[in-house]
Amino acid sequence: MKIVVLVKHVPDAAADRTFHEADHTTDRVGVDGILSELDEYAVEEALKLAGSESGEVIALTMGPEGSADAIKRALQMGADSGVHVVDDALHGSDALATSHVLAEAIGKIGEVDLVLTGMASTDGGMSVVPAMLAERLGFAHIGFVGEMSVDGGTVRARRDSDVTETVEAATPAIVSVTDQINEPRYPSFKGIMAAKKKPVESWSLADLGVAAEQVGLDAAWSQVQSVTKRPERTQGEVVTDDGDGGIKLAEFLASRKFI
Amino acid sequence: MPVARITPTPEVGDLFTLVRDIGDAELRPRADPAEASGDYPRDVLRLIGRSGLLGLPYDDDVGGGAQPYEVYLQVLEELAMRWATVALGVSVHTLACWPLAAFGTAEQRKRWLPDMVSGELSGAYCLSEPHAGSDAAALSTRAVRDGEHYVLTGTKAWVTHGGQADFYTVFARTSDGGSRGISCFLVPADAGGLSFGTPERKMGLNASPTTLVYLDEVRVPTERRLGDEGDGFGIALQALDSGRLGIAAIATGLGQAALEASVSYAKEREQFGQPIITHQGVGFMLADMAAAVESARALYLTAASRRDAGLAYRHQASVAKLVATDNAMRVTTDAVQVFGGAGYVRDYPVERYFREAKVMQIFEGTNQIQRLVIARDLERNGT
Repeated sequence: MKIVVLVKHVPDAAADRTFHEADHTTDRVGVDGILSELDEYAVEEALKLAGSESGEVIALTMGPEGSADAIKRALQMGADSGVHVVDDALHGSDALATSHVLAEAIGKIGEVDLVLTGMASTDGGMSVVPAMLAERLGFAHIGFVGEMSVDGGTVRARRDSDVTETVEAATPAIVSVTDQINEPRYPSFKGIMAAKKKPVESWSLADLGVAAEQVGLDAAWSQVQSVTKRPERTQGEVVTDDGDGGIKLAEFLASRKFI
Repeated sequence: MPVARITPTPEVGDLFTLVRDIGDAELRPRADPAEASGDYPRDVLRLIGRSGLLGLPYDDDVGGGAQPYEVYLQVLEELAMRWATVALGVSVHTLACWPLAAFGTAEQRKRWLPDMVSGELSGAYCLSEPHAGSDAAALSTRAVRDGEHYVLTGTKAWVTHGGQADFYTVFARTSDGGSRGISCFLVPADAGGLSFGTPERKMGLNASPTTLVYLDEVRVPTERRLGDEGDGFGIALQALDSGRLGIAAIATGLGQAALEASVSYAKEREQFGQPIITHQGVGFMLADMAAAVESARALYLTAASRRDAGLAYRHQASVAKLVATDNAMRVTTDAVQVFGGAGYVRDYPVERYFREAKVMQIFEGTNQIQRLVIARDLERNGT
């Protein structure tokens, strides 16, 4: 079984995240990047499935140079190889362009049985890329999966939303997983040492036969016009109880329309 | 800001990141409650083992990490910054593996070492006895040869991981004759006749069990003797040279944790209208604490680099252990002072650090014994 797991390199949510002043795209250089935490669940699930079915796990990402760190993390956890799509023309690509490029990359990898992704990235967080990819590749798509198994050519998955559904699809399929599906492993020191010997390919748009005009900020269907920093949290209002604390509390809640 | 570290390779940088990640997520949040309840974090030690951190300085042909002591000790320091009990567990385990790694035959190493250094097993080191502490050569546990076995009988004291470990590295007397009559044995936890006292009620490091170990005619196959008969005391002392470096690194980590807590408190706490760090009396105390922690770090790294280069390092290991643990005691004492009344209560961690520091001046050779080692070296070899 050949599994591609999509790994996105995102700015660490624990750090101060900013946007480029010129075009309002995410600043991916001036901040520490990490593998999107929600993608760690996809890596873990891929490793578990590959482990029980003697499969192969390929970590795929698209992004600037530093994004290779997301692949490295997946390799340290145990993935077999990586593919990094990197090209200056990709800067500012929207979800449509991203899904286009990733679909071509998955096509080029070839004979893929399963594509696993996190349920969202922890930066953009649109959650649309898996569905778009499925459409472009003609794969089945099961989103927001909390439990899954693969038996022969059939994926069986539990989707948790307002109702819990158990669904099946034939491979090849794309499955996005939630943070309920497993507990991602830490890399081990052996994994760290092994990762440096694992193959990582670097592909450009030309390698994928994608024209530069089809991707990037200029091709994006929507563009960010302005960004505003979330205001600093202000100190809450302290109510001193002089015997009328309850009344003051109720008045405060009423003034904010909580009661 | 993380402590600036020497990273000989990018992989070592990733190793330090891994240790910090595990430490922040799995160790730090659990330290306080577990130290209060005295629950040994076996599952954390298993995770540490799965992550490849229980055999870092051992060769890769037996499943170790093949890392220099310089790297291994910095890992211990990072762990100790977050939970000294866990760092101590790793250090004691590494110490317990050392006699087999250094003195075992190729056959013995191949048979037992991979499970000990590459997995989730944990080890204990049994040298001290109720009446033989600093004077370890006076130990009286007996190992009597009986055909293809030795029969071990006696009582070991102050054994970290007593009752929890998977194997026990035991020193016992195979003949009279003081230090030359001692031999070393690798005893599995399930050996018949092995039993344990109830955990000691200690001042600190309460999540790390310390017990008496009773050996009542424990039969150990001769193939489990490490080194020749009579080599035991030399093995014990050499193992302790390495172990002391571990303690120096752990004491440094504990001091670093106390320093970090104190600086952040002193920047927040205001008296006389300004943060207390700006009062010179407090600021200078913090400066001395930083100097104490950084000099401790420099000393253990110096000793480690001598060890890694294959040079003699017993003297430097004792200096590092002596200074790092004395400094940790002073730094954690001053940390309580910086916190004032808040430092004396258990709502802040420095009260615990203070209690944990004390034993580091005592175990793996009291600091008086370190001075003895240093003085003897001066007498024999000069400065």
